[in-house]
Amino acid sequence: MATILTIFLIVSVATPFLARFLKNHVFTVVALVPAGAFIWTLLQGEQIRTHGEITETIRWVPQLDLALAFRMDTLAWLLALVVTGVGTVVLLYCTQYFTKREPGLGRFAAFLFAFAGTMFGLVTADDILLMFMFWEITSVLSYLLIGHYTGKKESRGAALQALLVTTFGGLVMLIGVIMISVQVGSTSLSAIVAAGVTGPMAVTAILLIIVGAISKSAIVPFHFWLPAAMAAPTPVSAYLHAAAMVKAGIYLIARLAPGYADLPGWKLVLIGLGVWTMLVGAWRSLRQYDLKLVLAYGTVSQLGFLMVIVGFGTPDAALAGAALLLAHAIYKSTLFLVVGIIDHAAGTRDWRQLSGLGRKMPVLAVITALAIASMAGIPPLLGFVAKESIFGAFLQAAEAGDPYGWIALIGTAVGSILTVAYSARFFWGAFATRTAACVSTEWHKPPTAILIGPGVLAVVSVLLGIFSPALNAWLDPYPESFDGHLEGHLALWHGFEPALFISIAILGLGAALFWKKTQVARLQEALPPLVDSSRGYWSVTRAVDKISAKVTIFGQRGGLPQYLATILVVFVLVLGTLAAIGNVWPTTFRLYDYPQQVVIALVMALATLGAAWTRKRMAAVLLVGVTGFGMVALFAFHGAPDLALTQALVETITIVAFVLVLRRLPGNSQKLTKRVHRGRRAVIAIGTGVVMGAIALIALGSRITDPISAQLPEMAYYEGHGKNVVNVALVDIRAWDTMGEISVLVVVATGIASLLFVSGRADKKGRRGLRRPATALGRRSVLSDPDIQPATPGARQSWLVSGGKIASANRSILLEVLVRLMFHPAIVVSIFLLFVGHNSPGGGFAGGLLAGLALVFRYLAGGRYELREAVPIDAGKLLGAGLVLAVGSAIGSLFFGSEILSSAYLSADIPVLGYISIGTTTIFDIGVYLVVVGLVLDILRSLGGEVDRQQDEADIAEESTDEFSPRQQVPNTDLWATQRVPIVPDTPSATDTREDNR
Amino acid sequence: MSASLTLVLLMSLMYAVGIYVMMERSLTRFLIGFLLVGNATNILIFLMSGPNGNAPLWTGGPEDADMVDPLPQILILTAIVINFGITAFVLALIYRTWWLAQLGDEGDTLPDDHAHDTEEDAEEAFRQVDEDDEAIQRVLDASNEHEDDPEPDPVQTARDTEVGR
Repeated sequence: MATILTIFLIVSVATPFLARFLKNHVFTVVALVPAGAFIWTLLQGEQIRTHGEITETIRWVPQLDLALAFRMDTLAWLLALVVTGVGTVVLLYCTQYFTKREPGLGRFAAFLFAFAGTMFGLVTADDILLMFMFWEITSVLSYLLIGHYTGKKESRGAALQALLVTTFGGLVMLIGVIMISVQVGSTSLSAIVAAGVTGPMAVTAILLIIVGAISKSAIVPFHFWLPAAMAAPTPVSAYLHAAAMVKAGIYLIARLAPGYADLPGWKLVLIGLGVWTMLVGAWRSLRQYDLKLVLAYGTVSQLGFLMVIVGFGTPDAALAGAALLLAHAIYKSTLFLVVGIIDHAAGTRDWRQLSGLGRKMPVLAVITALAIASMAGIPPLLGFVAKESIFGAFLQAAEAGDPYGWIALIGTAVGSILTVAYSARFFWGAFATRTAACVSTEWHKPPTAILIGPGVLAVVSVLLGIFSPALNAWLDPYPESFDGHLEGHLALWHGFEPALFISIAILGLGAALFWKKTQVARLQEALPPLVDSSRGYWSVTRAVDKISAKVTIFGQRGGLPQYLATILVVFVLVLGTLAAIGNVWPTTFRLYDYPQQVVIALVMALATLGAAWTRKRMAAVLLVGVTGFGMVALFAFHGAPDLALTQALVETITIVAFVLVLRRLPGNSQKLTKRVHRGRRAVIAIGTGVVMGAIALIALGSRITDPISAQLPEMAYYEGHGKNVVNVALVDIRAWDTMGEISVLVVVATGIASLLFVSGRADKKGRRGLRRPATALGRRSVLSDPDIQPATPGARQSWLVSGGKIASANRSILLEVLVRLMFHPAIVVSIFLLFVGHNSPGGGFAGGLLAGLALVFRYLAGGRYELREAVPIDAGKLLGAGLVLAVGSAIGSLFFGSEILSSAYLSADIPVLGYISIGTTTIFDIGVYLVVVGLVLDILRSLGGEVDRQQDEADIAEESTDEFSPRQQVPNTDLWATQRVPIVPDTPSATDTREDNR
Repeated sequence: MSASLTLVLLMSLMYAVGIYVMMERSLTRFLIGFLLVGNATNILIFLMSGPNGNAPLWTGGPEDADMVDPLPQILILTAIVINFGITAFVLALIYRTWWLAQLGDEGDTLPDDHAHDTEEDAEEAFRQVDEDDEAIQRVLDASNEHEDDPEPDPVQTARDTEVGR
């Protein structure tokens, strides 16, 4: 069974691609899979009959007791046959139904095919959670299939209705599913049925599951989505909304009935709602002009009928229910396929415009007549056999004194009368010759092949009716799983029994009702509808929309400051109140840890206040930098060398990054930022500060036992082979954290790059352009800037590789010399830091940041071309390599049979670096190093190089603007920026620009 | 365990000022506030390591008893680097916003687009769904037989029953 599902999965993924080549014939090809599944299922019949079931289990999440458990017993076998059989027929029918040019054909084929597989999974799943997953997938696929005509409002509306109703039911059901599996202590469906638990919890759980089942099977009050779903293409209606998906609810009830039919509420709900649905559906079906809607309401009615019989809970009812389920699937899908043919041929489904179809398409009329006869319960068809058994089962219960027997019998008998009437109306509407109606407007003769599908189904309906006694042997194991003795059997002729007379009476009354159809219509008009669920649905969704609009406006007006204020006010009120009433204040304080702390804190406090006070952005950034370096001092005094090192490096790079961006924004923000809501902001800010202080005091005061980190040093040394506890923790003890962190860094770096570069992160073209000799560019040399010294022998020698690319006015010889001298030592030190990090301060983060800082200065001295020369690799590749190394070292340990991220070591004494223990953690740290370098490189390339380029473009645009051209917006640049931006000769940047803009 | 009051006060001040600055409408100011709050949070974690002591470098000797709690340091180290990444990302966002929105001389101060939104504006988002619902309802109603239905107008009815062909 799992194999079949896997094949379904693979083929459904491949279907859209197949559809490109095969067009509408893709349906014929993929239909082979359900056909194969049908044959396989059929062959299992003998084994299921003798052994009762076949099972298959694949372990999935053993810790949660979840398994991919499949089980095929008689009921599942019957459903699987219906699902695969009708599925094959419908897919074959689609080949004729759709033309080559149908838009979205591949998608449609894939969804319809996947649906067949999902239904097969649903009926064979033994794990109730697995079944629920298939259940939900059918809802989603149904949504996608109903909404196939995405351009049509009706189609979208119907799809959404179906989705909302069925997933609402599904969610309710999920609660019930979890409750019942907790009650039983197993998620196995067969175990749940066998356990048959009772008590209020079980009753609630089962009732919740029933909600799911009746929403799926379109039982009142959820029935309205099914007629609306007729907006789907007809094959979808035939398969999903007649044979398969709506049967899921029936299947679940039939599955649970052996264990739970006697639970209080079960019969009341299922028989009550079932009878009502049968009457409502049939009643409304009687007044439809649209043939498809006649069938749709008829299906609602028949689903109610099925719900009554499968929920009835006696062996005889179960047998009859299985028979009706089979009969209904066959005749209803036949009829839908017929409607599809009529629709295609005549261009309408409104019977008022159809006339004389019976004469034009006699074969189709015969097929329809057979299906209609089965639906109305006329011998010798399967529908008649099923109905006979149903009435027999109800009579048997009623005579035994069960009041539900009478309710079910009378209700379904009346419903059957209406069924006969609308069946006749359907046939008459579709095929009669009317003088009043206009002669069918345009008539396309449908291909004969399209008749094969419905024809086969109609013949099966006849054969199964005639040979119905043979069905008993195959179906009996299901009713025998109920308590009680199975008395009835399926047969065309039971003798002159009451059920026969009921059937005859129904046929007669139904015919009379059809005869008097004008009076019936008049009566229907006069009676107001008792329940109008679709209006109810409408007002519910409207109300939900209104409420969400109100909530949105209430909570999300005023942008970021408003959101922040909302969050913080809640934070201050809740935590502030708790802190005030908690009475857990610490009793002891220290004024300071060491005297220098006070000085550092004072400087930081002044810088903090200054950052808020100044209106100059650059000044504010530098003052924040002061607080950052204050942190460095605090860390250093406190005994945290790693933190001090990292913070110092980060602080420097942050300031550079700020400068890179701020140079482009207008420099003076004094007049621009209005100081709004100062009082309100101050209150919230002070409140937050006070509450945070209180939290810190309380948290510290409540620490009374030894922290778990007391063992960290020993663990680090003996298990992590490193003396630097912080570094060992990062790469070994808490390596999962670090793994998460570097993933965040990769995402951040990618985000930065994608915000700045529109077309790819790497601009290799620039590099190629740089290598090209300037003179070879021919006419472009005309454009060269006279300010720029050509890099020819005799000119001033450049200290940097791309020194000749920068206007001499922008060059700083001091910076160039410094960078030339310091770059390589800095890289060497960064690698040193990386490797000694395990035992002394350092490690991947600090090393990576130092290397990044070296790159920053290389960029500052030589511009973006220098940066390209310094690191010829794409930043994305660095990030990727880093992540691969880290993940690789993490997974690597799996191959040595240990847990993920556990480490292995190889120690040696290495000159200069000292005693080093190289292990998988070192590889992990190298990964961290690469990711950090990649991040800094991405920042420089994006916020540095790319911003430069955009600045150049803006400058060129400004120069080319004269007083007559429309005023282009060219942002101001502050002094710093104009000095910094390298002006580039012979336009490699212009080349870039043109290529980028393509 | 007791706290250093100096650090607690400094932390509270940095939180208060940081939040105050964060609630301004300028994105750069927001980022400056964010950095202050970030530093304040690092101090908060830092406070949890108690008084100062020896660096967390294992020596095997008696000094190890005076080692500071390494766990807050581990957390802060992660926080510093993540903070840096997010700062750079917000910077890129600031630049991109300014560039795309063509704010020009307005710098990075975002206009307050949503301050005057009303419920009707928000409900507008659901209009499409509503229309879809209405459309399917109309089709269903059109198929109901009425006693006084006029002779069907072929064109009209054909359009009404155009569902799901």
